[in-house]
Amino acid sequence: MEELIVEGSSKTPTIKFNPETGYLLVRGRSIPENSIEFYKPLVDALEAYNKNSKSQTKVDIQLEYFNTSSSKCILDVFKKLEVINAGSSEVTINWYYEEDDEDMLEAGEDYQAIISVPFKMIEVEEE
Amino acid sequence: MKNIHDFYNMMEDGNIMLSFKGEVTSDLLTSILQIMESKMEVLDESPKIKKKVYNILVECLQNLYHHIDEDDTLTAANEKSALFMIRKSDDGDYSIMTGNYIANENVNHLKSRLDKINSMDKEELKDYYKEVLNNGEMSAKGGGGLGMIDIARKSGKKLDYSFVNIDNNFSFFSLIVNIAQ
Repeated sequence: MEELIVEGSSKTPTIKFNPETGYLLVRGRSIPENSIEFYKPLVDALEAYNKNSKSQTKVDIQLEYFNTSSSKCILDVFKKLEVINAGSSEVTINWYYEEDDEDMLEAGEDYQAIISVPFKMIEVEEE
Repeated sequence: MKNIHDFYNMMEDGNIMLSFKGEVTSDLLTSILQIMESKMEVLDESPKIKKKVYNILVECLQNLYHHIDEDDTLTAANEKSALFMIRKSDDGDYSIMTGNYIANENVNHLKSRLDKINSMDKEELKDYYKEVLNNGEMSAKGGGGLGMIDIARKSGKKLDYSFVNIDNNFSFFSLIVNIAQ
């Protein structure tokens, strides 16, 4: 399976998903007006990955901002990861937030409460 | 017609940083966000307030954008036109103000949603957000009914809104979101 690479823009994050190593990175801003269209390739790639997943899947979510339209799509991504985790791969989601960014920490905790995949909250220094 | 100096004074006295009236497009949204980001950079705002204002700004503007795009009762150009203003008071608090036309038949639904949100405390809003996030339906364009809940959560303030009846078909909806330093 090929690696999925989406370059970031002022409204959309960088996405890198390598099915060969089981590594997913989502980094940057996610504030598109139409987020369903933007996240579809990733949701599809995860769906395909589930049929042939690695023993471990590592996910780094490093978002600076995301809008509520993206929040539903991010949940869809996590729900795919939940299925993968319930299957043959052990999934870990690392949720990064900048120190003092309580809103981003709370957003991670919201997902943690909904999704049954191990979450790690990782505080990083402000840039 | 007021002269330009009157307009200038109104904006100056009202501490208006940025205002726009017209149809909200995707490109306009990008520009406003860029302008506000650099303005807050120049004002040397804390990362915390910058993030809050930016996040709430995104939701307010995208509310206007999706509303204009999805409400097919809005047909004439003036019905699609919206007002957007951002103000920074002398004590440093921000207010984001929006105004737009809404079909009368949709007023009660929006009003009851806003009242429901305003009746909730921090924890209740968190639970409500998770409930809508997990169970709510998303519109074709990606509006998910989460915007107002998110605005209330992030601002930590009640949503200050009003409706003014215009005619048999439309009302004008105004929203003020206050963000304390």
